[in-house]
Amino acid sequence: MSTALSLRAFEYWRFQYRRTWRGTIVTSILNPLLYLAAMGIGLGTLVKGQRASSLGTNGSYLEFVAPALVATTAFQTGMFEAMYPVMASIKWIKTYVAMLASPLGTRDVLNGHLMWMVLRILQTSAAFLVIGALFGGFPSWDALWCLPIALLLGMAAALPMTAFSAHTQQESSFAAIQRFIIIPTFLFSGTFFPLSKLPLPLELIAWLTPLSHGVALARSAAQGKLELLPTLGHVGYLALWCVVGFWLAHRIYRRRLRP
Amino acid sequence: MALIEAKRLTKRFGDFTAVDGIDVEVSQGEAFGFLGPNGAGKSSTMRMIGCVSPLSEGTLRILDMDAASDGPAIRARLGVVPQEDTLDMELTVRDNMWIYGRYFGIPRSAVKERSERLLDFVQLTDRADSRVEALSGGMKRRLTIARSLISEPEILLLDEPTTGLDPQARHVVWERLFRLKQQGVTLVLTTHYMDEAEQLCDRLVVMDRGRIAAEGSPRALIEAHSTREVVELRFAVDEKVDLGPLQGLAERTEQLPDRVLLYVRDGDSAVAELSRRGIAPQSVLVRRSTLEDVFLHLTGRTLVD
Repeated sequence: MSTALSLRAFEYWRFQYRRTWRGTIVTSILNPLLYLAAMGIGLGTLVKGQRASSLGTNGSYLEFVAPALVATTAFQTGMFEAMYPVMASIKWIKTYVAMLASPLGTRDVLNGHLMWMVLRILQTSAAFLVIGALFGGFPSWDALWCLPIALLLGMAAALPMTAFSAHTQQESSFAAIQRFIIIPTFLFSGTFFPLSKLPLPLELIAWLTPLSHGVALARSAAQGKLELLPTLGHVGYLALWCVVGFWLAHRIYRRRLRP
Repeated sequence: MALIEAKRLTKRFGDFTAVDGIDVEVSQGEAFGFLGPNGAGKSSTMRMIGCVSPLSEGTLRILDMDAASDGPAIRARLGVVPQEDTLDMELTVRDNMWIYGRYFGIPRSAVKERSERLLDFVQLTDRADSRVEALSGGMKRRLTIARSLISEPEILLLDEPTTGLDPQARHVVWERLFRLKQQGVTLVLTTHYMDEAEQLCDRLVVMDRGRIAAEGSPRALIEAHSTREVVELRFAVDEKVDLGPLQGLAERTEQLPDRVLLYVRDGDSAVAELSRRGIAPQSVLVRRSTLEDVFLHLTGRTLVD
């Protein structure tokens, strides 16, 4: 019953996507092309020999950076899908308000939107994976593990962000999040260099963000080097963000939408 | 049978009591109005009836179900026209109908068929493929009404249905709502327009500060709380009006900054009596009592923000 109701809310997102899909397809193809060309090929030519072998990827910087960029994409998709669309659904377009006049409840409205975020995260990560493979960034089929990892990471970002977007009244906080959270996380998440190269205090801070754990998982997975304990640790940490984020989002949706 | 039955309905937001224990009953096929100034608790009441806002106290039964526990089942049989439009501006008129129908789980073919019929009903067929953004305020309102009817609701809730519309657009909306009423749809609406209440409502309550100040048909309310006619006297701006000579002329006399109102049964004989007493205002107007007189009498003339 409740799944069926959530699917009705999901249908809205699928339906309105007909309007914007062209733009998002271009973005999800163009972004990997630009990043892989700049980081993998451009920067990669400088990182060679002994320096490169310290990365543990058979000397290829491209193979080092490609799985991490899949994770980064998932993280950013999760963040952006949970920012303006959520606020617009409450404040501007009031999509949620319209839905709540029907049999749908706040839980269905939230779950339907989350289902859509899942789809978008899978979509952008898969696009990155395919283009990365064409560039030669993935040595084996093990790279396919990056997809479930990307999904877990993407939702670890999207769920708390959804809760925050439903809570905040000001869109200006999104610009601040972009500047002070998304960009620094992107730079200091182990995507471009191993976190162990950072001074210890910075390294510890970097490990607080979900992205670092997603990057570590994706990289190990792509190289077929997932080890049980670290994997459990990373997955557990990401799952914690998901669970807390979901719990908060549910509470805040209820408070905001059923005053 | 009462379709809506509220007992001691109460809504609190922290320390503030928006709705203070009101009793309301709405019967099948009736057009029922909540009338009141801003902040009287009309919208809070409507949101509770719409099952999107939990009650703080009291009981609320709608269509023989409990609003507190059967929200989704009740909402499936209600149509809602909210105070602020919740249309998707970037979708077309037809797509707005489509997606809204899907929220109710109405089969695709039925949504299509009903959309065409309802767009025709609100005279928007020729705009079906326009984006909502491009519509005028009146058209958006009509679309919201058409959309609310897609589930063929038994009760239609309208929160200030014509606020912000020009007179032509208001009359079109009224006329459509009147037709719905004739088709047997129960209408529940809030308004602060007296003419709207008189046009549409069989019965209404006047709300003030969360309570019901009066209840009845527009005619009965006027009879109970006002006189048949009102004489409006205007004096020159700087003239100091002495109410003394007006004594005993009216059932109730009210002095406003710019005029004096005499509430009387027979306006013409009151005017005759005025000249007999030698009172000569700058202008005299005799008119029928309206709901507005009742409203202002019951809720006061102080500006509510």
